[in-house]
Order: sequence, then structure tokens, then C-alpha cells
Amino acid sequence: MKTLLILGAGTGGTMMANKMASTLDLKEWRIIIVDKDETHYYQPGFLFIPFGVYRPEDVVKPKRNLLPKQVEVVFGDLELIEPEKNKVTLKDKKTINYDYLVVATGSCIYPDETPGLREGWHQNIFDFYTPAGAAKLHDFLETWQGGRFVLNVTEMPIKCPVAPLEFMMLADWYFQKRGIRNKVELVYATPLPGAFTKPICSTMLAGILKTKNITVFPEFNIMEVDNSKQVIRSYDETEVPYDVLVSIPLNKGAEVIKNSGMGDSLDFIPTNKHTLQTDKWENVFIIGDAGNVPASKAGSVAHFMLDIVAENMLSHMKGQEMHASFDGHANCYIETGFNKAVLIDFNYDVEPLPGAFPLPGVGPFTLLGESVINHWGKLAFKWIYWNLLLKGRDIPTVHSHMSMSGKKPVPALKSQKI
Amino acid sequence: MVAPVLTTVKFDAEGFMVDKSQWSREIAEEIARQEGIETLTDAHWKIIDFCRKTGEQTGKAPTLRTITDGTGVSTKELFALYPKGPAKKVAKISGLGKPEGCV
Repeated sequence: MKTLLILGAGTGGTMMANKMASTLDLKEWRIIIVDKDETHYYQPGFLFIPFGVYRPEDVVKPKRNLLPKQVEVVFGDLELIEPEKNKVTLKDKKTINYDYLVVATGSCIYPDETPGLREGWHQNIFDFYTPAGAAKLHDFLETWQGGRFVLNVTEMPIKCPVAPLEFMMLADWYFQKRGIRNKVELVYATPLPGAFTKPICSTMLAGILKTKNITVFPEFNIMEVDNSKQVIRSYDETEVPYDVLVSIPLNKGAEVIKNSGMGDSLDFIPTNKHTLQTDKWENVFIIGDAGNVPASKAGSVAHFMLDIVAENMLSHMKGQEMHASFDGHANCYIETGFNKAVLIDFNYDVEPLPGAFPLPGVGPFTLLGESVINHWGKLAFKWIYWNLLLKGRDIPTVHSHMSMSGKKPVPALKSQKI
Repeated sequence: MVAPVLTTVKFDAEGFMVDKSQWSREIAEEIARQEGIETLTDAHWKIIDFCRKTGEQTGKAPTLRTITDGTGVSTKELFALYPKGPAKKVAKISGLGKPEGCV
């Protein structure tokens, strides 16, 4: 009997377990998945919790129910991965030997990496990347009477690079709904040179932010938080004052990657961006954002990686060449408030373009433009996530590789710098 | 006006050199001037040399963390040498592509 071991039962690990349980010959293979947490969180839902759209209980399900019966589920903390020995050790000293390993340990926030960030933590400084942070922020905002509301991204890359923008646009909507928008100043301080990472999309989103009176403070690289003066300070000594600071702290890979010496300077594992096999170990693959591939750290990306990882791993198991190639495909709904959203679809080489999605000329979704239907797409995604995505099933008409059909190139903007 | 040393150099939409093999120290000095750095000192060159070396080895521009880890220069000093976005600025001056941290 051979063993396929999957580390992490989040978005990537769960879909991988489901996919492999229906693909591998289970008379020959046993599949084990390890995770420390028995609860699965619908992470795209965290964004909505501070504004009362979702409650914390709306975004959770027991992990066991999302995994197939044939998969052995082990709940426990990982201590060490020894890829040279094909062995994983848990904190309780239980060891698991494997023939193939899929690392799906994702990325986490590390607030302790920024001096001063912990000082007013969950008092006037919040995060919304954890269920606890999002819930605390919701409680705080309900009675807040206004002031300077600053969102800061510590350092790129972060999980879901559009989340900060969505957060600010939802904040604009939320404070209007509460009737205190005129008492709130919304400021977005980012290390990026503009609103987003890709030029055409950045220009378009900058326009939307401007109409919503959200100030963007670009190229702000935070050095420290001084909560006694209520300012964040950058490496070039610029200060941005705040009354409430919402931080997206440094994102890094899991502790176990660091402890096992497998990662880069941010504890992401060096991985071939097309085959999704790790650079150093041929029987170790990556799904989701545990690797260092230059794609967005998002659930849709993990979904588009799934078939590629499965196909390449099966080829490798048979001693064949790996032919499947990941193109960096990402597909993100960006909430813009007032029941509208923008949809973007892009990959390693093609930045988000305007058009219709997924059917050319028909849609129903509008690419790189605001629409109400896009917003319903975003909310419907929660159903798709639990019922199709995690099960490793295809989403009708949306494929692993990005399609150019329905997209309109924008030559005029191509030369524009951000 | 394009500086004479840059007339035959191709840049992409975001200002990164397209063909790494065209790079020279004179070109680096000119790109630096356009990025607001009048004179490249030894301290600047230490970073550029490290980035060139990393670029040759990995084919990629190093991230800010790779630079600080690899050169021993602190983040604060790096920002003093290359204000605003050091990783991106050094990548441009070193004739490398956009650092992949910026996705």
C-alpha cells in the first residue's frame, strides 16, 4: 500500500483530497490528510463580517463533512517535514511516512513582525484576516462614531490582493448606511505604486476609489506602528495618522515550513510555476499559496491549480513526463459596495481586461466593470465554494486555463505606467 | 528627451528593461538618474551587484527580503539608498524584470 499525504485541509487541501479519492486506485493507495483545526472557514466571507453582512457562524462547517469517507483524517499540529526521508512528524510525535506529498499549508498573518502593531491589537487596531479579528472589528464598528479610518497593507504578497480594496469600498457603503460617512475619513496606505498590482485594473479601480472619496497613499512601506501617537511610520519616515487602524499584517507560509527549512525568506516553498512540483523534491507538490509561484494567493487560483497538480502527480507516479502546465489563472469578484461588484480574470501573462464572462458578448458577468449581477455572482460563489469547488468539481464554463474569449484588449492603456 | 545611452534600450510598459543582455553600468547610472538617484555610490553598487548576481542565478529579480538577507543591509538603509520601493527600483536599475512579490 502506498501513501499520498496531504498537509492542510483548507481550500486547496480539501479539494485535493476529494479529487484524489476519486482518481487514485484506493486498493493501492491510501490518502491521509492532516490539519490542526477541525473547522473549515469560508475565508472569502471574512471580508463581510466587520460590516455585518455575514456573522461568524455563516462562514464555518466541520472539516470532516467536507472530506470523502475514504480519506483518513488526522487532526493534529505539524512539527516537522523531512522531505529527504519522506516523513512527517506531528507535535504529539506521531509520524507519517509518505510516497507522495501535497503541501497545502497556505499562508497566515504575522502581526508580531511589525513593531508596535500588537499594542492596540483588537482595541483600536484590527485585522480582518482571522475570524476573531473580523468579529472584534464588527463589534467595535457598531458603536464607533467616526474619525480617521486607515487600512494598511504591510508588505506584498498578501492573500487575496483585492481584499483591501473591497474592504474600503464596503466601509464606504457601511458608514453611509449608518449615516456617519461625513464623519469618517477613509485612507488606504499601500506599498504598491497604485490601487492594485496590474496596470489597467489599477487605473480602473483608482477611478472607483476616487468617486467614493477613498484616499490612496501609495508606496507606503510600513516600518512601525506608534500607537501612543496614533501614527503608522514608513521606512522613509512618512507618518500617516489614524484613529482606527485596520492592518493586513505580513503574510508568510506555515511555521512547519520554516521549521523544516523548506521555504524562502517568507516561508513559501520554491515551486515550479507551471508544473506545481517543488523545485527540490520530485514527489512533493504544492496546491494553493504554500508555494512561491507568482500567482494571486486566492481560492480560485487553488481551484485552477487542482487539475494541473492531479494530472502531473499521476504522470509522475506512472514514471511519465508531466505535461500539464499552470498558467497562473485567477478569477476574482471585487465587491464595490451598494450591491455591486467588479469581476477580473487574469493569468501570469495577461492582466485583467474588460469584456464579458464567461460567454463572449453575453456574460452574464461584466469583466473590469461594475454591475449588480457581478455582486450576485460574488454571493453565489459561497454556494459554489461549498458544493463544487471544495468537492474538486468543475465550475461550468470556467476552466483551469484562462480563456481570451470575451476579453477586449486595451492597447491605449498598455503603455500607461502605474 | 531620451538620454543618448538609452536610445537603443527597450523598456516594457512599466519601465523594466526587456533585454537583460543590453545592460551596462552606464545604462544603470542613467536609469538611476531617471528614478531620482543622481549618483550611484559604492553602497548603491553593492545592492545592484547583488541583484545582478541573483538575477543571473535565478532569472528573477530578488525581493526586498532576499536583498536584505543576502547583503546584510537593513531595510531602513535600503530605503535611504533607494527611496519608496527599493526592490522595484533596484530591479529597474539592474536591468531585471519586475520582482515577483508584486502580484
